[in-house]
Amino acid sequence: MPLPFPFSAIVGQEEMKLALLIAAVEPAIGGVMVFGDRGTGKSTAVRALAALLPPMEAVIGCPYHCAPDDPSEACQTSLAKLGDGKKKTHKVPVPVVDLPLGATEDRVVGALDLEKALAQGIKAFEPGLLARANRGFLYVDEVNLLEDHLVDLLIDVAASGENVVEREGLSIRHPARFVLIGSGNPEEGELRPQLLDRFGLSVEVSTPTDLALRISVVRRRDAFERDRAAFIAEWQKEDDKVRRRIVAARKRLDTVTVPDAVLERAASLCLSLGTDGLRGELTLMRAARALAALDGDATVGDRHLRRIAAPSLRHRLRRNPLDDAGSTVRVERAVAQLFGA
Amino acid sequence: MSSPDDEFLQARHDDAVSAAALFAVDPASLGGVALRSLPGPARDAWLQLLRGWLPAAAPWRKVPLNIADGRLLGGLDLSATLAAGRPIAERGLLGEADGGVLLLTMAERLSTGTVARIAAVLDDGELRLAREGIVGAVPARLGVVALDESLEPDEALAPALLDRLAFALDFDGLRRIDASNSGIDAEAIAAARVLLPEVRLPEALIDALAHTAIALGIASLRAVWLASRAARIAAALDGRALANEADAAIASRLVLAPRATRLPVNEPQPEQPEEAPSEPGEADAPPPESSSSPDQEQPPQQPHDVDQAMQDVVLAAAAAAIPPNLLAQLKAGGQGGKARASGKSGALQKAATRGRPAGARRGEPRAGQRLAIIDTLRAAAPWQRLRRQELLMRGKGDGSTPRVLVRREDFHVARLEQRRETTTIFVVDASGSSALNRLAEAKGAVELLLADCYVRRDRVAVIGFRGAIAELLLPPTRSLVRAKRSLAGLPGGGGTPLATALDAAIELADAIRRRGETPGIVLMTDGRANIGRDGAPGRAQAEADALAASRRLRASGHATLFVDTSPRPQAAAAKLAGEMAAFYLPLPQADARQLSAAVRAVTPANR
Repeated sequence: MPLPFPFSAIVGQEEMKLALLIAAVEPAIGGVMVFGDRGTGKSTAVRALAALLPPMEAVIGCPYHCAPDDPSEACQTSLAKLGDGKKKTHKVPVPVVDLPLGATEDRVVGALDLEKALAQGIKAFEPGLLARANRGFLYVDEVNLLEDHLVDLLIDVAASGENVVEREGLSIRHPARFVLIGSGNPEEGELRPQLLDRFGLSVEVSTPTDLALRISVVRRRDAFERDRAAFIAEWQKEDDKVRRRIVAARKRLDTVTVPDAVLERAASLCLSLGTDGLRGELTLMRAARALAALDGDATVGDRHLRRIAAPSLRHRLRRNPLDDAGSTVRVERAVAQLFGA
Repeated sequence: MSSPDDEFLQARHDDAVSAAALFAVDPASLGGVALRSLPGPARDAWLQLLRGWLPAAAPWRKVPLNIADGRLLGGLDLSATLAAGRPIAERGLLGEADGGVLLLTMAERLSTGTVARIAAVLDDGELRLAREGIVGAVPARLGVVALDESLEPDEALAPALLDRLAFALDFDGLRRIDASNSGIDAEAIAAARVLLPEVRLPEALIDALAHTAIALGIASLRAVWLASRAARIAAALDGRALANEADAAIASRLVLAPRATRLPVNEPQPEQPEEAPSEPGEADAPPPESSSSPDQEQPPQQPHDVDQAMQDVVLAAAAAAIPPNLLAQLKAGGQGGKARASGKSGALQKAATRGRPAGARRGEPRAGQRLAIIDTLRAAAPWQRLRRQELLMRGKGDGSTPRVLVRREDFHVARLEQRRETTTIFVVDASGSSALNRLAEAKGAVELLLADCYVRRDRVAVIGFRGAIAELLLPPTRSLVRAKRSLAGLPGGGGTPLATALDAAIELADAIRRRGETPGIVLMTDGRANIGRDGAPGRAQAEADALAASRRLRASGHATLFVDTSPRPQAAAAKLAGEMAAFYLPLPQADARQLSAAVRAVTPANR
């Protein structure tokens, strides 16, 4: 696989980068949906993030790379291995798994291992993409063009964090907790509301219109294509900085406190926007906490809420037919009202 | 002796030859060529030319329109797998075309899904695969030649594909392609291929290309980097290791000019940044669209000091190649570029609904679904040995074992195109007599309907009428984004040209029906026509015309809902509804939600 473009060399698109960082710090956020025009660096950013993440500790030989320190979420294989007392973990890169268009269901959920079945007549389970994505990222480009039965499947697994396989005489369940990252262009087809709701954050990217920005995008891209290794080396330092920021934020995350006043603010913001259910508030809180951790703050404050309000809430608004303003504008309006301009 | 027309065709011809040469040097880095042409000697000659210039070993694969995923992407080669006793992957066309060219026939009718698969390969240079026991990435560095045979204005290549192809050629008017005196031959191209990695492109030229793209109203950045690659290839073709202005000019002409959505301002003078905003009435500048044009006169930043002379050369090259009718389109449409782009998406969705085999998916046949026998057998085949063993172990493997052991999980059902697509045409009265707040409700109802379009697979179109005209505000679409955008721009006030509106609705509904889809019309008006068909005011004539149009509508047989939006429902409106055999629904106090419920109950979507 060719070397990816460095994360820190991506020009602009601050909202998307922030959302991806938040998802890297707090996987419970429930995924990021990136809407945008063609050629705005959606795929580039996701692959760049993957290259950036520090490796994680996983049980050796576990197809789902279970975490050694959390037996409650580990699979049967891992539990057995952990029990026998030998050296059992190693560092693996955080998986970023592509769900390509045209994928077939058997490869997504996992199925009988064809090779073993044919050659040896052994019935063995071959894990699919969902297994590989466990504890990592599942990236679906053009998610709005994904076939319906795969969308159903994703909705189900993303909600339960568990993949249940009942086919070909197999009956297997395994952990499948991943950060779902989707991207797509809304002009090519709407996303099903149920799936949209599964995404914690939604960001909108657009092609920069500022000449200076555009020029630096093209120049960097050109430099990258001419000599990938040199370009990556040049940005190594910046990328390291981002990686350290993620690692520090993960450590800090549990100690970040959320004052009651902020909780109240979040609740009234959701109320004034009329978002459905509690999911909006939860996401808002988690995202604000992760943002505070990224910024090195000990407590969540209004400024965190403000920055994260639009990506957390804009896809949860009920469509108000009499209001022609876009969702982003509505969120911003509500924020301005609540927090003062 | 040559007329301007001849000159234009000669330029078109020369562009076609240069594009073929540039593309042949490095197909994958340029993405490809969109070739708008009917089949004919010119197209054949061009393809032959290109093929001759590619390396002899380069694959050349043709993708038929209705290609199935298995053939396009690859999958399990069933017979080889069974023979070998281990899984054998079958390469799809995308993998086979690695290092060569993929030919898309009738590309304007490719489905959105196929386009997305090809686009992903163009972006990554490899094919990511997760199908039928095979997971991984297959190298697929290829260039695409998309043969666009569209005739109708609403047919065109998918924007997602067009954006990724460096060149767009139009062969309209060309009879032949002759490269014999172009000075290019296969050896020159092979030499350029060798030289290409060495070629440097000065940053000032990149800047000039970026600037030109903005001056031409090109939003996508991909255009700029495709142009910079083209410039580099042009230098290599000329045997130089340093690209110069002439190379950038070629790139600008071939890559940027066909994407122009507006003409450059006559005298681009970015060194005086304040100039353009103070002169909004400048002759050729279209009214700035809020989203894309304030950037046009950005003051040059210090690190990006753009060489003015260089920039002029590059911009002039593009401007010279802009098709002559662009100006007319821009003037007529005001926002010509946008309107054209929006028509494409609608046409594309049409392609998605027909022709393409619906395929099969795993599942049991129930509720009338048909079992897909071949797919079921395919699914069962690899497991035969295992299953037989199991039977033996359980002691059931006597002589009565069936030849093929099919289990429940093998069942595949045929995915049929179960329903025809429904398009609901909203005909919205925006005249002064229909109180303005009704307009807001109409907009709301359309948006609500769109919101559950995904589930119902419906499309929506909007015709607005006021003053003397009825116009198609929103061509059939499923996109909420576009619907909102076009509805937001519908103003109110003026007369009520009801007859004209009905004619427009009938025309659109007929067109939809011709495509094999089901139209439904929702007319929202108070029925008080006061502008005749000829656009002249006069209540008597207008009402007569409206009655005539209503009868035409009845004769056409389209399902129609007449929503009377006047505060006090009128007998005249009811009579009109009777004439057009429409459901009559007086809604003096309806809100958008009620309206959408009513529409849902009446339109043929509810079959």
